[in-house]
Amino acid sequence: MADAGAGSLHGGDSALSCLPEEQELSQRLRRLYPAVNQEETPLPRSWSPKDKYNYIGLSQGNLRVHYKGHGKNHKDAASVRATHPIPAACGIYYFEVKIVSKGRDGYMGIGLSAQGVNMNRLPGWDKHSYGYHGDDGHSFCSSGTGQPYGPTFTTGDVIGCCVNLINNTCFYTKNGHSLGIAFTDLPLPAMISNQFMELLQEYIQHLFKSNLYPTVGLQTPGEIVDANFGQQPFVFDIEDYMREWRAKIQGTIKRFPIGDRLGEWQAMLQNMVSSYLVHHGYCSTAAAFARITDTTIQEEQTSIKNRQRIQKLVLAGRVGEAIEATQQLYPGLLEHNPNLLFMLKCRQFVEMVNGTDSEVRCFSARSPRSQDSYPGSPNLSPRRGSNNSHVHSTGADSPTCSNGVLSTKIKQSCSKYQALSSSSSSSSSSSPSSVNYSESNSTDSTKSQQHSSTSNQETRHLAFLSFFYLSDSEMEMEAEHYPNGVLENSSTRIMNGTYKHEEILQTDESSMEDNCPQRQLCGGNHAATERMIQFGRELQTLSEQLCREYGKNTMHKKMLQDAFSLLAYSDPWNCPVGQQLDPIQREPVCAALNSAILESQNLPKQPPLMLALGQASECLRLMARVGLGSCSFARVDDYLH
Amino acid sequence: MACVLEAPLRMSVLSEVTASSRHYVDRLFDLDPQKVLQGVMLLYLLQQETSSTELRTECAVVLGSLAMGTENNVKSLLDCHIIPALLQGLLSPDLKFIEACLRCLRTIFISPVTPEDLLYTDATVISHLMALLSRSRYTQEYICQIFSHCCKLQHWHSCGFKSLPQPLLCANGPDHQTILFNHGAVQNIAHLLVSTSYKVRMQALKCFSVLAFENPQVSMTLVNGKHKVLVDGELLPQIFVKMLQRDKPVEMQLTSAKCLTSMCRAGAIRTDDSCIVLKTLPCLVRMCSKERLLEERVEGAETLAYLIETDVELQRIASITDHLIVMLADYFKYPSSVSAITDIKRLDHDLKHAHELRQAAFKLYASLGANDEDIRKKIIETENMMDRIVNGLSESSIKVRLAAVRCLHSLSRSVQQLRTSFQDHAVWKPLMKVLQNAPNEILVVASSTLCNLLLEFSPSKEPILESGAIELLCSLTQSENLALRVNGIWALMNVAFQAEQKIKSDILRGLSTEQLFQLLSDSDVNVLMKTLGLLRNLLSTRPHIDHIMSTHGKQIMQAVTLILEGEHNIEVKEQTLCILANIADGTTAKELIMTNDDILQKIKYYMSHSNAKLQLAAMFCISNLVWNEEEGSQERQDKLRDMGIVDILHKLSQSSDPNLCDKAKTALQQYLA
Repeated sequence: MADAGAGSLHGGDSALSCLPEEQELSQRLRRLYPAVNQEETPLPRSWSPKDKYNYIGLSQGNLRVHYKGHGKNHKDAASVRATHPIPAACGIYYFEVKIVSKGRDGYMGIGLSAQGVNMNRLPGWDKHSYGYHGDDGHSFCSSGTGQPYGPTFTTGDVIGCCVNLINNTCFYTKNGHSLGIAFTDLPLPAMISNQFMELLQEYIQHLFKSNLYPTVGLQTPGEIVDANFGQQPFVFDIEDYMREWRAKIQGTIKRFPIGDRLGEWQAMLQNMVSSYLVHHGYCSTAAAFARITDTTIQEEQTSIKNRQRIQKLVLAGRVGEAIEATQQLYPGLLEHNPNLLFMLKCRQFVEMVNGTDSEVRCFSARSPRSQDSYPGSPNLSPRRGSNNSHVHSTGADSPTCSNGVLSTKIKQSCSKYQALSSSSSSSSSSSPSSVNYSESNSTDSTKSQQHSSTSNQETRHLAFLSFFYLSDSEMEMEAEHYPNGVLENSSTRIMNGTYKHEEILQTDESSMEDNCPQRQLCGGNHAATERMIQFGRELQTLSEQLCREYGKNTMHKKMLQDAFSLLAYSDPWNCPVGQQLDPIQREPVCAALNSAILESQNLPKQPPLMLALGQASECLRLMARVGLGSCSFARVDDYLH
Repeated sequence: MACVLEAPLRMSVLSEVTASSRHYVDRLFDLDPQKVLQGVMLLYLLQQETSSTELRTECAVVLGSLAMGTENNVKSLLDCHIIPALLQGLLSPDLKFIEACLRCLRTIFISPVTPEDLLYTDATVISHLMALLSRSRYTQEYICQIFSHCCKLQHWHSCGFKSLPQPLLCANGPDHQTILFNHGAVQNIAHLLVSTSYKVRMQALKCFSVLAFENPQVSMTLVNGKHKVLVDGELLPQIFVKMLQRDKPVEMQLTSAKCLTSMCRAGAIRTDDSCIVLKTLPCLVRMCSKERLLEERVEGAETLAYLIETDVELQRIASITDHLIVMLADYFKYPSSVSAITDIKRLDHDLKHAHELRQAAFKLYASLGANDEDIRKKIIETENMMDRIVNGLSESSIKVRLAAVRCLHSLSRSVQQLRTSFQDHAVWKPLMKVLQNAPNEILVVASSTLCNLLLEFSPSKEPILESGAIELLCSLTQSENLALRVNGIWALMNVAFQAEQKIKSDILRGLSTEQLFQLLSDSDVNVLMKTLGLLRNLLSTRPHIDHIMSTHGKQIMQAVTLILEGEHNIEVKEQTLCILANIADGTTAKELIMTNDDILQKIKYYMSHSNAKLQLAAMFCISNLVWNEEEGSQERQDKLRDMGIVDILHKLSQSSDPNLCDKAKTALQQYLA
């Protein structure tokens, strides 16, 4: 009866996943074992209806185990394993078993066993099997004879089993009290690493079957136990135990000896920080950093500024200008990178739909719509919000720029921005429309808020950097003066905080929405729409040309299709492909362009800091694969604030 | 004058040097009187209102550095009355100067040579310090540190065992706690527990651990006073529990476990509260593990011993947690043979802590085995346990001896162990040795242990008596120490139980009638009860009764009359009536009762007493007197009938109490025969 129920449940695993208790389980497991990639190595969630002896019955979602054999002697013992072995990336793994009834004699064993260990036995009696038995309180370490270990246990007791994959030990708990180490030198979880190892691995696995599964064994009629793999809160405070190990491992990392290489070490860290700043074009910060640390910057100041300008254009959605600037500053670059060019053009098209690209903006410059979060005319220097005070503005010679509020060169600290904006607004009273003026005022206020979050970001971002570089106080000072940090990174998937950008950009977007409750194609301007359609044709042509020259490219095709699909909807912002219009989508494009420019200058296309981060993350993934449990308490995220 | 001008420069140099180079500091306070003069000069400058604040601050800093030297430095500074001078400095408006003064005061007060009372000479000082708590994180840190050192109990370790009758508290402890408490220490310091500075948090925590120790008033306030003490919306116990988390520094975990332990022992937190059972206790067990420093292991074991001392459930939990009983065995392995060879420094360190470790382990074993037989068995089965106790009994360190005796005492409550391992290891021998010329605190526990070893089923009883125990016990009954008197008479009572005539005579001789009556009029009811018990044991089996009554009959009858007439509780009177019943069992001794009308009237009175126990005891007397197989029973029966006893017997035979009813019927049957 129980088996039938169990079988149906097993099939319906995925269907169950939406139940609240299942959700709670998933949540708890994620919290307990954040380093485990559950797609690669699923966690045990119930007893396996397949991997058990016949005398075992399962019920209640395969969590309750009862004995249904004769129970005459030890030959009638029966065990069941959990559905999955314990992944090494858990670091510390824990499950609990409640004794619902001790049955006739209470010959119950709780523990671990590898796959393939005889199930007609209690855990602990055989090789690669470990158990703690209720009748005598002994522990059985792959042996028929037990060692005195702890108290006996019986009906009503909750027994927990904790596997420490860092030092390969195991201890039990009884009703929330730790009973002390039961086993040392547990076999390491199996390795699944590189291809060479895999063959050897298979062989080893075949020999030792060392992946351990939670296991219980029963031997006399009436014995019933319930498992808790995280379905309920545990009686024992396992999280506190994990905290201790996290602190231990982080302490080891912190105290890692660098010895005589101290000087070298510091130079390397400075270099990493500097190159990171340069890469992302924080040229003033980089210059200040170089000055303080007495180091030199490889790239020329102007080159950094150029890249920064281009990046800002892309991020502001003014891709057309960005392409122009790139062609002008780095002749031949895009010609040698047709894929990149195509990507940029596609993005440009999307921005035209969005109404942000300059080719369509010029038509709608006078409309209130233009007061979006990326203000500025084609002639304005790139600026992420007007608060970007250190950028050398070229806007002074663009009188047509109605919304270039800060068109004069402003070198003051941004904290004075609010005051400044009013004065500069008045200076721009020559702007054609008074509506515009008042609007710009209102944007100012949102922007100043925006600014505070921006500089916050910068500080946080730099605080992260300070992990690599010790004297951070001056860095933060710098940050206040040059709050240009919003454009950071996005270049790699390893990057610390994509969500941060989202956060900012969402702020941007909301401010945009404040200004124009109704978004229209190309800003609602007819001429602009015409231009867009024309551009679309050009793009199509370019695609065909590329196809002829380099052969079919499915990526291109997809990009183009997605971009054109926008036109199929009356409200492109709320359509299945509308995601493309999200400003965050500019970031990969921007990063690709930046990397390409750097590469063309014989500079690394990725900053060494990001490489190091990537390497650390990959190293941790590898540790998880080869069964080194400490990886779970040394997560890269812990160091990225 | 030249000196004053020059001073700031020189001193700032000096203070830099002194902090790091103790050697230099020590030299400053050579026996050379001129060097001492330097300190006096500094003090003079410090007190000059006319000196600039910078100069005065520098002076305080340098004095602080000097105080970090040897104890002699501190003594010299105290002789110069540095404390009043520094306290005066706290009145300055300048924060830097105040901090320097506090730092120096801190250094002086944490020195063992500084009498704590010096802080309490002026009542305004404490309230001023409380007010300064808000000034800066430095004032907070130093003031908390001063407080926790100035109400430290002198006998933290011995205090752990309050259940012992002897009060071991130092006289000042509770007073200091109360003074600080009355100045609002709890409210003022509570919020420092969440300070951003680790040092402040830690010192505040230490302060609480000292304030709450054995102090129900403080403990209750910490848990839930009249004015709830909330910090960041949390009750203090919750904050302490957070500080127990396993990733917190060990020092913090240990100190906060101490706070919670004190609060639990003071009754402010229940022993079955999860913060005790699932947090404090496991934390303390972890402190005993090999991974911890020796000091931490000592403190952990002692605190745990105190926590579980009187609660059998906590004892059971501790006994199964992390193999504690086995873990403690490791405490006896210092200095290890390895440390001797490899490294002299380590050997020195181990030696220093070896005594402390052993005594802490003994204490914890004593607490663990206080109530549960299974735990005692597990302790004794630990490797070489009995040998270790036996060795501990003869160690030179009083602390170790005391703890070993305590452990032995705890284990001696097991009948099985008395018969087996205690006998196998001839524990009585070293125990008897300990009893010779030991200080009272050891004597109390040792004699208490002896009581158990003298129980009639204990195989050690005989050899102990042969080695002159009776004399020793008799002398104990004369002690001024109440606990010793109780233990002495108690042990004698045990000795007399079913003993042979010779031993009984020895006891009577050793005790002397005079002393016996002294004890019967003892103000303590325990002593009285045990003395009556002794008499009862002496007066058993007919020949013994007659013999003793023939020699001491008059005095005993007097004493019995006195007690029956006096204002005593039921148990005492019951015991006395039982003695009478025993006397009535004698052959010749009977006559002492029959000829004493006063006593007979009293027996009659108790037959109709409202308390059934006393009625029953009186019935035993009557029953023994009217027993008709004995000589002269007829006369006795007649006399008692004339007194109206038979009427009462008839009445009692209708009693609803089956015991009384039975007894009355049996007695009436004697009349029929």
